[in-house]
Amino acid sequence: MANNAMTSHDGAHDAHDDHEHHDTNGLKVFGFWLYLLSDCILFAMLFAVYVVLSQAYAGGPTGAEIFELNFVLVETALLLASSFTYGLAMLGMNRGDSSAVIKWLMITFACGAGFIAMEIYEFYHLIVNGQGPDKSAFLSAFFTLVGTHGLHVTAGLIWMALLIFQVKKKGLTEVHRGRLMMLSLFWHFLDVIWICVFTVVYLTGVML
Amino acid sequence: MLGKLTIEAVPYHEPIIMIVLAAVILGGAALVGFITVKKKWAYLWNEWFTSVDHKKIGMMYIIVALVMLIRGFSDAIMMRSQQMLASSGGQGYLPPDHYDQIFTAHGVIMIFFVAMPLVIGLINVVVPLQIGARDVAFPFLNSLSFWLFVVGALLVNISLGLGEFAKTGWLAYPPLSGANYSPGVGVDYWIWSLQISGVGTLLTGVNFIATILKMRAPGMSLMKMPVFTWTALCANVLIVAAFPILTATIAMLTLDRYLDFHFFTNDLGGNMMMYVNLIWAWGHPEVYILVLPVFGVFSEVIATFSKKKLFGYTSLVWATLVITVLSFIVWLHHYFTMGAGADVNAFFGIATMIISIPTGVKIFNWLFTMYRGRVEMTSPVLWTLGFIVTFTIGGMTGVLLAVPGANYVLHNSLFLIAHFHNVIIGGVVFGAMAGITYWFPKATGFMLCEKWGKRSFWFWITGFYLAFMPLYILGFMGMTRRLQHVDNPLWVPYLVVAFIGAVLILIGIACTVIQIAVSIKNRKQLQDTTGDIWGGRTLEWSTTSPAPFYNFAHEPQVSELDEFWEMKERGIEQEAKKPYAPIHMPRNAAAGVIISAFSLVFGFALIWHIWWMAVVGLVGMIATFIVRSFNYDIDYYVSVEEVERVEREGRERRALPSARTPNDTVVQG
Amino acid sequence: MRKSLMRGALRGLPILAGLLMLSGCDAVLFDPKGPIGESEKSLILTATYLMLVVVIPVIFMTLWFAWRYRDTKQSKATYTPNWAHSTKIEIVVWGIPCLIILALGILTWKSTHELDPRAEIVDGGEPIEVQVVSMDWKWLFIYPEQGIATVNELAMPVDRQVRFHITSDTVMNSFFVPQLGSQIYAMAGMENRLHLIGSEVGTYDGISASYSGAGFADMHFKAHVMSEGDFDAWIEKARGSSKVLDDAGLAALKEPSEDVAPTFYGQVKPNLYEQIMAPYMDGMELGMSDDQMRHMKKGGMHHDSAEDGMSDHDASGHAESAMATEE
Repeated sequence: MANNAMTSHDGAHDAHDDHEHHDTNGLKVFGFWLYLLSDCILFAMLFAVYVVLSQAYAGGPTGAEIFELNFVLVETALLLASSFTYGLAMLGMNRGDSSAVIKWLMITFACGAGFIAMEIYEFYHLIVNGQGPDKSAFLSAFFTLVGTHGLHVTAGLIWMALLIFQVKKKGLTEVHRGRLMMLSLFWHFLDVIWICVFTVVYLTGVML
Repeated sequence: MLGKLTIEAVPYHEPIIMIVLAAVILGGAALVGFITVKKKWAYLWNEWFTSVDHKKIGMMYIIVALVMLIRGFSDAIMMRSQQMLASSGGQGYLPPDHYDQIFTAHGVIMIFFVAMPLVIGLINVVVPLQIGARDVAFPFLNSLSFWLFVVGALLVNISLGLGEFAKTGWLAYPPLSGANYSPGVGVDYWIWSLQISGVGTLLTGVNFIATILKMRAPGMSLMKMPVFTWTALCANVLIVAAFPILTATIAMLTLDRYLDFHFFTNDLGGNMMMYVNLIWAWGHPEVYILVLPVFGVFSEVIATFSKKKLFGYTSLVWATLVITVLSFIVWLHHYFTMGAGADVNAFFGIATMIISIPTGVKIFNWLFTMYRGRVEMTSPVLWTLGFIVTFTIGGMTGVLLAVPGANYVLHNSLFLIAHFHNVIIGGVVFGAMAGITYWFPKATGFMLCEKWGKRSFWFWITGFYLAFMPLYILGFMGMTRRLQHVDNPLWVPYLVVAFIGAVLILIGIACTVIQIAVSIKNRKQLQDTTGDIWGGRTLEWSTTSPAPFYNFAHEPQVSELDEFWEMKERGIEQEAKKPYAPIHMPRNAAAGVIISAFSLVFGFALIWHIWWMAVVGLVGMIATFIVRSFNYDIDYYVSVEEVERVEREGRERRALPSARTPNDTVVQG
Repeated sequence: MRKSLMRGALRGLPILAGLLMLSGCDAVLFDPKGPIGESEKSLILTATYLMLVVVIPVIFMTLWFAWRYRDTKQSKATYTPNWAHSTKIEIVVWGIPCLIILALGILTWKSTHELDPRAEIVDGGEPIEVQVVSMDWKWLFIYPEQGIATVNELAMPVDRQVRFHITSDTVMNSFFVPQLGSQIYAMAGMENRLHLIGSEVGTYDGISASYSGAGFADMHFKAHVMSEGDFDAWIEKARGSSKVLDDAGLAALKEPSEDVAPTFYGQVKPNLYEQIMAPYMDGMELGMSDDQMRHMKKGGMHHDSAEDGMSDHDASGHAESAMATEE
């Protein structure tokens, strides 16, 4: 069976290394794109639900009453900046510069963490003011759409922290490069989703 | 400490359940004891549970599916007998509290834990071999997908002994499934078993699209892929596109139930119509996920056993693609009676009918494959013929239901029940049986006993017609679905006939169980030593039976459709003369099992509101994943010596007698 | 092989038997008592016949090809192992189904519009208004113009259409009298409208066609189609009942009950139907026009203070501010 066929062909492993792993990373990134497509549909459903329920205030607050655009603008700036800094990290990776990668990832992490902190703050205040998701369908949809995005960002942050640690420890190996590429796709994807959230939820909510 | 879980959760005042539980526990204990005494735990763990080999994973899917078929079918026979007995004033033996769980569990189990794993299992065993690959794109994810599915099945089964299952119907419409009207744990079992196994299915979708698009043997362009691979590709595209909808919808129901959100509640702005839309936007593609691969099975089977090229390959491929796309624009036909306007209803009705066109084309292509062929009446061919007749009738009743005006009087009636069983049994079940029989020798090295296979077929098909034709009539007689008892004595004779049909199907299932047991016992006489027992046309038949764990010593070079058939025609040597190279293979992985075990803890804890345990489960899942990410030793190279040894054993095997060879037309066993 | 083909033909017997049974049995869908049901029956039959044009040849070809081209030593059938394409056949197998579906499609478009439950029945006469509320586990029928209400009993004058306003006070149900025609969902906070007409005096079974919980199987009622004179008498009989459907009566009905015998209420509180719907309508526009929404809300507002045990929020406050935000 497979495990019994242990090999001491580590030399052969290295010789095949580049070819195999280049292919492997390409395959992994392709698979990750597929996953992102499915995530896109997940968010599309949450958007659709939000739009359907966007006027179901049930006598409670409307979007205009609870959205603070200045606050959201800062959040957005943080997240967009973090996408830029991640891009710089990727440039560092392409140069093979692991310390640049780590530095820019840490800054990205800080921006992302700041975004999440602000979002938690926003949610917390809404809830203690009696404007939580249990108060109306509109609020349920709002918290779920924005919250799902936040959960994805949080998962990305955990992943990022892990990668920072791993790159520090083992450097920019093929496997790590693949993971950095996938996280890059994930991070930018979440940025795009946030643009849609910002527009469909906050801007439209305030305008109506 | 244990949330809502108390000893009261055990239904000790329900004798039927307690007897079943006792049987399951005793049987399970006997199995565990047997494995322990035979010292097979290490073997099971190393060779099967932690395997990332697509062939083994596929077989495990099918084994679990067949076990769940027994449970799902027990539900069915209880329903038929209850309706037969509980008529004209009698209450039968299943009070509504129990009966309503049974019909819900029946639907959930059959779709999610029988039909899906049968189809996914076949895709797993066959597709990498058909495209000349050595495994799937992401073998570890494949293992994880399987074990997440097992957890889903486990949760449904646990609900029998601890607590209850949902009493809402298999799609758990709110507000009935909301916290207000279903305060118990039943719907929560439904939520977590589907959510957890749904993640597994989504990962499978990603895996197989990547595999099929990126790992085909050189020279196998898309239009040279076998039809089964095409249908698998389309089904997996549907999975990736549709399962996120299910995930999102169940998540919203979860939020309603756990955190008092108002997506689908009656008050505070909730909208139950949205749930119906979302769940069916998933639900309709789901049935195509089930049926497209079995269309592929029939294509392979009929071409092989007609000893003839499959008729109309190009139009079969286009028909599959058209069905895939169309399956996304028909979902509203599941609720014409919800009150959408005439324009909307008419659009969806017409779109639904249009799907019957490519489906009909496929049927004609199969018929013309038989035309002027030499058709051998093996059991896979019987299943195929049974399918064509049965599915055509089912498709007809489907188009009938697609006319909104007709639907207004047939919706939710037994006519509807008869229709979808007609297409799912006639399509998916018959196709799974044909596929399992067809590819069994490739996976195991011996064939299934034909005698018992044919008996199973005859009992299944006769039983099916007796069980479901009366239901069509009952639909015309005004009987609706999900009735715990009936009050119209005119309906009873039909219910009796339906029950008899169910008993015949039960015998058919027994025949399959016997078939498997007999075949294992007689595996020496039934062995396939040629690797090409039926005279196949596609690449999987170019390997030994069973295939080596690395599938192909040399990457196949493909130049045409039905490449293996062409190779045989040209008389190409089976033995490869080129030197072997080390083969890159993935190692086994325990992480899939462990992550899934934690997901079981997570799901169970959430069902019973044991919050600390849920945290343990969640942290465990994430931690295991993180630990795995630190494991860089996840693959290895099979040495040239090892490849030579395996290949030599394969050649030696060919010298042994085989139960049949490609040129036989007389089938043993 | 002959044996297996005979058994194949035997398979067809249950189908044949089924069709034969149909002609002699009590298939209410084929014995409609109103023009809506009539249209739907003829639709079923027409669609079936159109499809049999394809289905019967397919079944025949399946059994015939399997038998004719089966692999036996003495088979004299032609064998063309590589013949796999024929443009002529492709044109036929794509073309004929396309034509049939085209015909069915046109039929579908027309019949769906004609059978639109919301549309008044042409030549149906002056509609009787009946408000229908599905409850756990019975049907409440309110006749707002006559000022009476019943549980689990419906009466309609023959040859005169009834406009049903259908909602639910609980989970989803489906209002259905098979012999009269279409069913339609009953959903809380929403109104579905359905027009039916009985053309023959008689008593017909009515059910819920959407599972709604433990007492679902007993959620049936009788629909009596009667002459105008008998209908007026039935109304009078109902008026004679001493039971009153006021807030207390409604609260009693809201308690879950099963297999409820027909009950009559001689008096009904005005706008009770709107009152039932109001608490479920917070912020939900779908299912009715703005006018209807406002009308419902107005009715709801006046009586909210009298509600108890309906929901744990202040219904009147919400109805008011909901109106304010909309207008």
